Amino acid sequence: MAIKTQPVTVNLGPQHPSTHGVFRMRVMFDGEEIVDVEPIFGYLHRGSEKLAEERTYTQIVTLTDRMDYVSSMLNNHAYILAVEKLARIEPSPRGVWLRMIASELQRVASHLVATGFLIQDLGALGTPLIYAMRERENILDLFEMICGARITNSYLRPGGVFMDAPAEFWPALDRGLDDIVRTIDELEAYLSGNEIIFSRTKGTAVLSPELLINASITGPMLRASGVDWDLRHRAPYDYYDRVNFERILHTASDNYARYWVRVQEMRESVKIIKQCIEQIEPGPVRPSFDDVPRLIRPPEGDAYVAIEGSKGELGFYLVSDGGISPYRMHVRASSLINLTLLRDMLIGGQFGDLFVTFGSVDLNMGEVDR
Amino acid sequence: MIGLGLPRGFIVTLKNFIRPAVTEQYPDRHIGLLGVAKEAGMNPFQFLVKKPADSLKAIAGLATVPVAVEQAARFRGNEFTFFEDRCTACASCAKYCPLGIIEIVSVPGKIDAQEGESYKLDVFDIDIGRCMFCGLCVEACPYDALHMGTSFERSKYARDELIITKEELFDADKRPSSWYRPQFEEKSFDPFKETIDDHYDAGRHERPSDEDLKKKWVDER
Repeated sequence: MAIKTQPVTVNLGPQHPSTHGVFRMRVMFDGEEIVDVEPIFGYLHRGSEKLAEERTYTQIVTLTDRMDYVSSMLNNHAYILAVEKLARIEPSPRGVWLRMIASELQRVASHLVATGFLIQDLGALGTPLIYAMRERENILDLFEMICGARITNSYLRPGGVFMDAPAEFWPALDRGLDDIVRTIDELEAYLSGNEIIFSRTKGTAVLSPELLINASITGPMLRASGVDWDLRHRAPYDYYDRVNFERILHTASDNYARYWVRVQEMRESVKIIKQCIEQIEPGPVRPSFDDVPRLIRPPEGDAYVAIEGSKGELGFYLVSDGGISPYRMHVRASSLINLTLLRDMLIGGQFGDLFVTFGSVDLNMGEVDR
Repeated sequence: MIGLGLPRGFIVTLKNFIRPAVTEQYPDRHIGLLGVAKEAGMNPFQFLVKKPADSLKAIAGLATVPVAVEQAARFRGNEFTFFEDRCTACASCAKYCPLGIIEIVSVPGKIDAQEGESYKLDVFDIDIGRCMFCGLCVEACPYDALHMGTSFERSKYARDELIITKEELFDADKRPSSWYRPQFEEKSFDPFKETIDDHYDAGRHERPSDEDLKKKWVDER
């Protein structure tokens, strides 16, 4: 005889350690099965887009750090590209190479956090997360070396970066890249073939490529379903057309595929950094203040630039009225848009898979709420 | 089905189990008897005989020494370094600050025979309780008067105490970070070991020689 159950509504969050920030879900369970999910967010809303309207273009760089705080270099990068397009600034080649190196390092750090917390959500309390964070620590040390801060970098400026990397950065970067490769090998040795991970993640929260495209999901989530969409390859910004890297694709589109794509992308990032080191040439890292003054007054108009962030397409839309600060700034936050399929992923699933699925989206509440 | 995946994982964790720890002890590090004796400049047996109480403490793991955290020279610390002689009270830093937390009041100062009319800095307050240490004020300073500092232990019990005043900046140890200051990196200045006492050394230029100064200010006038 089947046991009759009654649907129960459970409130999860906003102060829940597994929600990656302050995120709240109202979940209706029928036994172990999820019947309904209502995501509620906005607890970390700081009004960054509004604040940008009263700051000058250089000052907004500090705001973009705080949007997605585990990949602040990528936020800087997207914003700076938008400013350069709006104000028609020609960047300095060395600055471009440096910011590509910084962005790829940040992508590795962000993916390490994503995989570490995904495994933590699976129930492996501590060990894999600590291994991932230990490696991220080395990357943050590199950031401290080049820009003096570990999380809120503010490294990029319109036209390049604010200052050249110090001499001791380059040997440290070489050592750091070797360490990253070793860590990824380790990660794959104990996670990618692990039967517990297989049984927990394979076949859960499967999404069809059509649904993903219709919901404009981007990033590792989309590539895990076999859709070849990487802006570094499709619409190369900066010097991404001068480096070779493989596009990582998986066809399963389940939680394991999303994890696997992230791990492999870290390897590609290391490859890109190595090519950047080979091709970088001496020169100024930013245009002189005669060409790009501190107080930029772009001509009237608007610009939208998107880059391949760690979580998907990260775009900045700027409208200028000819003044010293933008008339309007809008951020296409990939975390927020990737969150829109949460209901489709969770409904019909089991309670135990809730946080795993949530972790595989790789959310950052700072970016969702801004 | 259980296959090779789990044993392979356990080999990795076993390797990590025996590799040296990366944890950094802060603010104090525990030292044993050997460490205490080394600090005192004796060999451990001597120390055990001469100071039995301290030795017991050390053996019990209670003896500690303070440690410094390893930081990069460009570290944007929780303070500022300010050279009053280099400042012209132009207020570029205040204009460039994204949060507007730098308050500058300047009054027309004396008219100097050498340097002409100057502005005297009356108030120079930085509210570091609201500061995010982005360093844009330092980037804006045209005369290299304001630098990021390298220390970060500035917690206080009240928000009002977090306002750094002019006097506090004058008296503080001058350990500027080399953030946006390439001249420090050229000289390979290490803020964690040395200080900069002469304001001439903080600038982007060479210090003028005494003959040059005499020629400029005495002979040509």
